Amino acid sequence: MIDIVIGVIATFGALFVLFAAIGLVRMPDTYLRISVTTKAATLGVGLVLMASTVYFSNADVTSQAFVIILFLFLTAPVSAHLIGRASYFIGVKLWDKSVMDDLRGKYQKNTHVLKSVVDDTPEDNVDHTKMEDK
Amino acid sequence: MTLFEYLHYIILPVLVISAVLILWRFIKGPSIADKIVSLDLLITTGIGVIAVYSIIYNQSTLMDTALILALIAFLSTVALSYYLEKRKRK
Repeated sequence: MIDIVIGVIATFGALFVLFAAIGLVRMPDTYLRISVTTKAATLGVGLVLMASTVYFSNADVTSQAFVIILFLFLTAPVSAHLIGRASYFIGVKLWDKSVMDDLRGKYQKNTHVLKSVVDDTPEDNVDHTKMEDK
Repeated sequence: MTLFEYLHYIILPVLVISAVLILWRFIKGPSIADKIVSLDLLITTGIGVIAVYSIIYNQSTLMDTALILALIAFLSTVALSYYLEKRKRK
């Protein structure tokens, strides 16, 4: 009975990791790929760690697995925000069919300051219309 | 089919297939941010593989390695994005 529970939880975890990998390959844009990475893979790895917790079912492994899960849940949004910000500054191009860019003209290129209104100095803005080879 | 056979023949190949897909994006990735993201996801998949191996071999000490890998993944992503943002632009 406990084997079935472990198998089901591990199956869901592996499926979520697989969906994250497929999304990373199929998504058309760097920002969408970051979004895939920070949600689906974190949930999948958390479920696999839960499966090992159910298998061992003692306090040592349970506390250790919950430390790992808590660490992943805390650090995934932080790292996703950092890499998204950095890729916006180095001018990674958005998807062609993107409807709008809320940050257009608000992140300043030289000072790295986020303004709340659109600035009218176009030489200080990040240009996303062309992607440089970086 | 026992639990260990199921983990060996179903769960681990699925994780390995996803690791291969992520590695393909790591090699192909058009920008350097894609490579950093796929590296982070590759290490996260490695944590899952280590957790499955700790069930198969009944070794709970393998979870220490998973904790260290989670730390390294976060630190590498933060450091790489920091230097990516700070480096001189042309």
